[in-house]
Amino acid sequence: MEIKKTSLYQLHQDSNAKFVEFAGYQMPIQYSEGIVEEHKFTRNHSGIFDVSHMGQLFIYGDNELIEDLEKIFPLDLKNLKLNHSKYSFLMDQDAGIQDDLIITKINEGFLIILNAACKDNDFKILKELLNEKYKMILDENRSLIAIQGPKSSQILNEVIDGVKDLSFMSGNWFLFDNQKVYITRSGYTGEDGFEISISNDFADKLTRELIKKGSKLVGLGARDTLRLEAGLCLYGHDLDKNKTPVEANLKWAISKERISKGDFIGSDIIIKQLNDGVSKIRVGIRPEGRIIAREKTKIYNQSDVHIGEITSGTFGPSVNGPVAMGYVENKFSKKDTKVFLEVRGKKHAANICSLPFYKKSYVKGTN
Amino acid sequence: MSEVKYSKEHEWIKLEGDVATIGITKHATEMLGDIVFAELPEKGSNVEKDGTAGVVESTKAASDVYTPVSGEVVDTNQEIVDDPSKINQDPENSAWFFKLKIKDKSEMDSLMNKDDYDKFAKETTT
Repeated sequence: MEIKKTSLYQLHQDSNAKFVEFAGYQMPIQYSEGIVEEHKFTRNHSGIFDVSHMGQLFIYGDNELIEDLEKIFPLDLKNLKLNHSKYSFLMDQDAGIQDDLIITKINEGFLIILNAACKDNDFKILKELLNEKYKMILDENRSLIAIQGPKSSQILNEVIDGVKDLSFMSGNWFLFDNQKVYITRSGYTGEDGFEISISNDFADKLTRELIKKGSKLVGLGARDTLRLEAGLCLYGHDLDKNKTPVEANLKWAISKERISKGDFIGSDIIIKQLNDGVSKIRVGIRPEGRIIAREKTKIYNQSDVHIGEITSGTFGPSVNGPVAMGYVENKFSKKDTKVFLEVRGKKHAANICSLPFYKKSYVKGTN
Repeated sequence: MSEVKYSKEHEWIKLEGDVATIGITKHATEMLGDIVFAELPEKGSNVEKDGTAGVVESTKAASDVYTPVSGEVVDTNQEIVDDPSKINQDPENSAWFFKLKIKDKSEMDSLMNKDDYDKFAKETTT
């Protein structure tokens, strides 16, 4: 299969990107300054991320669509206001996570942002579940550009007036060069920021303007360290079909209203797990020294019993130390529990800790 | 006068008497990106030619550091353990990794000189 390129490919090349293949796309892992600098620049200033490989699924329909989507997602979509977004997941009958996603109510229906590696499969599943009743477009003609970091609101607002008034997890249509762009205040870095859905033909122009205003391109490498410090899950690593939202410690994303009725895919398991508890659960883990415990690192308790596994681990440039997430047996999931991580044959002390590792407040709007 | 030689695993080695100082090349650091962790062999331990003698990690991945010659570890550079970013800053000088009392000088013969290494490094990039 031919490797796909995003509409910013030329710009990435002009910016000396190092490329990596990700989910069938040629994506920039870093630029000349490197992951640590790109990470810090995002935290202190403003970074631009090409996330055009992600799926942008538009589903068109009215009240019947809302009812049908509520059979799939554990969300109170009837009360989701126009242009407001929710984090959710596509589960199977066993509540296993097939993808995690952001769903936004738009005028004509919903916009769902899907993971690149899952989007084609998600499309198939959703089409089947919705009995092909609705017009569904997995839009390959639109790019997705994220701008993240404390200066992003000011920078983006200079290019597209009005975005600074969006509140966190809400969006709207704006105009850029007479093109309709859909912008949400959201992101994947733990910083204030925006995601911009824009026609492929204008993505390069918009990005170059943002760079002129002082933002900088940031690659997938820093995206990973930023999201991990922010305690956010990466699908295929921290989340997969063998994990449920309750085990992933994401029950905050399940609507309480919907749990009481329990009529969505996977609800039986979710309700059971909420009532009876789970055997394993996702936690934050901080090694005591500098050792980096990566995915698949085994976790042991103080009696040398295997109690879990790391699902993501790296060095956190803003934390200035190693950070990790993983799943442990529930009884070892309390904050400050001492555990041991086996790295290259040696056991290293670490502590269970609360997430995120790095915290900043999102901008809260008045509406 | 000491000559610096290079291995295919991108280590440099500088021999003075029977003590060799070993580190990783600038080219290696450029391929690795920001180094955020370094692990060195224990002082007093013995390492074998082409065996692993340490680890460096970038934010992305871990890579083994090999020793191009055999010997006993007589010194290690704690500074790069405490601040691994020094490896990116000055890889072929102050950010050396370890010193070996070498066993067999002839092990140096199969290593590359600077010109050959530069050529080799160029070919192995991309």
